Amino acid sequence: MLYREAGQFKTTYAEDMAIFPIRQDRMAIAILLGIAFIGVPLLADFDIWPFGSDYLLRAILLPFLILALAAIGVNILVGYCGQISLGSGAFMAIGAYSAYKLGTGVHIPLAWLGFAISIPPLPVLLAILLGGLTAASAGILFGVPSLRIKGLYLAVATLAAQFFFDWVFLRVSWFTNYAPSGSVNAPTLDFFGLNVGTPIERYLLCLIFVTVFAVLAKNLVRGNLGRQWMAIRDMDIAAELIGIRPLYAKLTAFAVSSFIIGVAGALWAFVYLGSWEPLAFSIDRSLQLLFMVIIGGLGSIMGAFVGAAFILILPILLNRIPSELGVPLSTETITHLEFIIFGSLICYLLIKEPHGFARLISLGKEKLRLWPFPY
Amino acid sequence: MVRNKLILATAVLSGVALATPAAAQNEQFIPILSYRTGAYAVNGVPFANGMADYYNLINERDGGINGVKLLVEECETGYATDKGVECYERLKGKGPTGAAFFNPLSTGITFALTEKTTTDKIPIITMGYGRSDSKNGAVFAYNFPLLGTYWSAADIAIQHIAKEVGGFDKLKGKKISLLFHDSPYGKEPIPMLEVLAKKHGFEFTPIPVTHPGVEQKSQWLAIRQNRPDYVLLWGWGVMNGTAVKEAAAVAYPREKMIGVWWSGAEPDVTPAGDQAAGYKALMLQHGAGKFPVHAEIEKHVYAKGKGLSEPGKVGEVLYNRGMVNAMLGVEAIRKAQEKFGKKPLTGEQVRWGLENLNLSDARLKELGFEVMLKPIKISCSDHEGAREGRVQQWDGKNWKVISDWYTASQSDTEPLVGDVSAKYAAEKNIKPRDCAKES
Repeated sequence: MLYREAGQFKTTYAEDMAIFPIRQDRMAIAILLGIAFIGVPLLADFDIWPFGSDYLLRAILLPFLILALAAIGVNILVGYCGQISLGSGAFMAIGAYSAYKLGTGVHIPLAWLGFAISIPPLPVLLAILLGGLTAASAGILFGVPSLRIKGLYLAVATLAAQFFFDWVFLRVSWFTNYAPSGSVNAPTLDFFGLNVGTPIERYLLCLIFVTVFAVLAKNLVRGNLGRQWMAIRDMDIAAELIGIRPLYAKLTAFAVSSFIIGVAGALWAFVYLGSWEPLAFSIDRSLQLLFMVIIGGLGSIMGAFVGAAFILILPILLNRIPSELGVPLSTETITHLEFIIFGSLICYLLIKEPHGFARLISLGKEKLRLWPFPY
Repeated sequence: MVRNKLILATAVLSGVALATPAAAQNEQFIPILSYRTGAYAVNGVPFANGMADYYNLINERDGGINGVKLLVEECETGYATDKGVECYERLKGKGPTGAAFFNPLSTGITFALTEKTTTDKIPIITMGYGRSDSKNGAVFAYNFPLLGTYWSAADIAIQHIAKEVGGFDKLKGKKISLLFHDSPYGKEPIPMLEVLAKKHGFEFTPIPVTHPGVEQKSQWLAIRQNRPDYVLLWGWGVMNGTAVKEAAAVAYPREKMIGVWWSGAEPDVTPAGDQAAGYKALMLQHGAGKFPVHAEIEKHVYAKGKGLSEPGKVGEVLYNRGMVNAMLGVEAIRKAQEKFGKKPLTGEQVRWGLENLNLSDARLKELGFEVMLKPIKISCSDHEGAREGRVQQWDGKNWKVISDWYTASQSDTEPLVGDVSAKYAAEKNIKPRDCAKES
């Protein structure tokens, strides 16, 4: 009843091509953004439960936003372009470590040439974006095999990226500024002279990044480039026959996806962790991101958010339920229960809806349109 | 419909999950970050049991610290840094005054928490692990690597080797390898060992083992080819047992292996069976065995059926270490109560207690720890407090102490502590405190 587009007439092409052509969708997004940008900071400011404590911001919302951003990146490659990648963790690591190097100053002595390349410490914002660019170029490099190999074989090739960069950041101590333990500390987060220190400031910073990149990604996948990606995904030979160049389409998908993942990696390191080691970007992280995209829905920006919420937040909730209800269980039982319930939920969901949450959402919309007589 | 109900149920449950229960007033909240699952559980379980049992003893026998009951909650980290950070955020604000301190029992989590705890003003106790440079309390006000850092451990290990080969001058030309867990934990001793290698002229080779450490074939092949005179083992969890087994497989003498104090407990050697006999490990002062405090725990905790461990495992190395760790925390709170009053204290107040902690022989005897520990005195410039250790050897059934007490030489460790902590201070814009003015 509420969700019905009857009576909404579009009189211009621009209206017809809007991101959200239906008024109710626009309102829902506006409300969501309003809550995220104004509501949460206000609630936190007035110490209203549960926003008053740092826990929700620092341990739930911050990682959720950053991983959702990374999931958007993975979704562009896997969901829109159909190139399975297990190297997302590595691209996050490249983003994080290059942003770290650029943020603390780069010095490359080229003794045999008689000079050295020195870059002074860059501002954090620039370092994060350049970190994304470095990840993008690495993505292009490791995307080259995708021109010849497909599917699971490509997954194995990207796995090589994962292990190679794991190794590089563990072994080459230049990347960690020769830190004795191999663990590095992010530089202080100064944006245009403003220090981003409190949880709410960090939350807003990530929210801005996520919103900007989500809008950019949404527009990219609706446009020429996105259509090329989807054509390649659906049938690469047919796409080639109608004039889409696989080289360009696949490598742009790798570049855009790695750029977003790299920025997410830099944020994960700088804003969320503050101090990290290569283990933070291990193969587990790659798999986690891939699961987010699969559970959330391949080829959906909204799905990346839902998938991130499901994979990240649900286990934490499951873990907390027994103790908050006062059920006396040992932590190991709780952890085992968490694994069991979470695993069965994934199985249940994928059996019931193999296309993930995004499909559930669009089904729900279809049914709402026909309410009260859905079929 | 079923789907809608499910969503509703999840929403309700999540609301419940975030609700915070009302806390009683006269209670001091103490979090335990433990790992009872995963590849490191074999070591994590006895440690967590020792800690929890000791806190329980304080509650059952004394009714808390000067009448302030201890409210303890465990959180499972699985030795994973991101889960540890989540646990920290979850527990730091609990109880009437927030967490008294954190014991992360993971060097990785320690690195991740160091900056957060300083902002939140909650001390972080890393007994025998953590950042070695945090010994310098002037820079790391909230970090307490009590009883010994990895740099002290490396120094003690080399002292013992020197004694076995007949003096420091005999170390020249010897080959010493370090088989380490490839994480901040395993990498910590490397700079110290490099300094010592230069000083004494031995050849030092670090050999990394990837987490979790069940795959070590190629590393031991390298050891068999290189034939080092000694292998230092910096492992944790399943990695330790695997290393001992692999040493036997390539016939590397177990007598020439020296583990750090985290590689010298019962679960590390029992899987290898008889092959482990002869293996040596450092001791973080104490070893296995039962002391007067164990009798108290058995009387007040186990007799009432409140103990967490299997009774046979009380007195194992890591159980004892958990107890020692808990005791140091409790004594710090007691010390802080002398200054701030007999009430629940904030992390900042407990920090003062830790920095002024001074346990004499007499006090340790009162507490029932007299043979296990040497006196410990913390100060602003020395957050380590004591740097003594011994060496023990597994005879196939028990750990036997085979050496005298060694004291890590501060002239070796101090320059490195100064350098690395100064670098951290510069990176983080920390102005080191003037320790002369601290009381």
